Amino acid sequence: MTVSQLAKHPSFTPAYLASEDHTLTGVYCCDLLSVAMGRAPADSAWVTVMGNLNAIAVAVLCDVPLLVIAENMGIDEDARKKAQEEGISLFQTELSVFDAALIIHKALSA
Amino acid sequence: MHFQVSSEDFTRAGEASSAVKKALKKLGLPPDIIRRVAIAMYEGEINMVIHAKSGEIDVVITPDYIDMTLRDNGPGIQDVELAMQAGYSTAPEEVRNLGFGAGMGLPNMKKNSDEMTIDTELGVGTTVKMKVYINTPS
Repeated sequence: MTVSQLAKHPSFTPAYLASEDHTLTGVYCCDLLSVAMGRAPADSAWVTVMGNLNAIAVAVLCDVPLLVIAENMGIDEDARKKAQEEGISLFQTELSVFDAALIIHKALSA
Repeated sequence: MHFQVSSEDFTRAGEASSAVKKALKKLGLPPDIIRRVAIAMYEGEINMVIHAKSGEIDVVITPDYIDMTLRDNGPGIQDVELAMQAGYSTAPEEVRNLGFGAGMGLPNMKKNSDEMTIDTELGVGTTVKMKVYINTPS
């Protein structure tokens, strides 16, 4: 499944969809950036409540193409700009981190 | 490659590691090597921003290894052994609210480099040297 295919799921609202599409191979959950940095698998969807600039920087370093911001948490303006510069897709959802990750996991397994 | 890191500038933290990552990609190095260098450097940058007043990073890329030297004029590390333990952190609350300060910085740097040395003096500063081999030395 690609990022743009997942963007069509009714649970997610794309805040930014990168022009280059990526195939997702997994889903990862973590809110501590230092932990995520060491462990988020490349090409995964990363579900977190951290919608700040540093989360985008970590996604770039870990080759994570999609950041899903759960619990209706906000996305900082500078984080949006950075995501666009770096080609990282950003989704928002009112779901919890667990529920969002579960939906993505099921979508990837289908 | 040479970079200046300034204090409490979280918006710019990551620029040096991003630049190095892009350079290594252009050189066509294996993705796992690039990822390790990027993670080790970014952790080092974040540590500088959190703890030191200012710092600089020098990166040397050779056909066999990548050398990173991070020098700061910060407070120094009181107990290096303790600082190396995963989960130990002296980062302030506002840094934790940003998602950092989990006490994973130095352990992540060690894990992602092949060699790491820490030279620190209280009140003077800290120099961390890391090396990532492109081809594991035999």
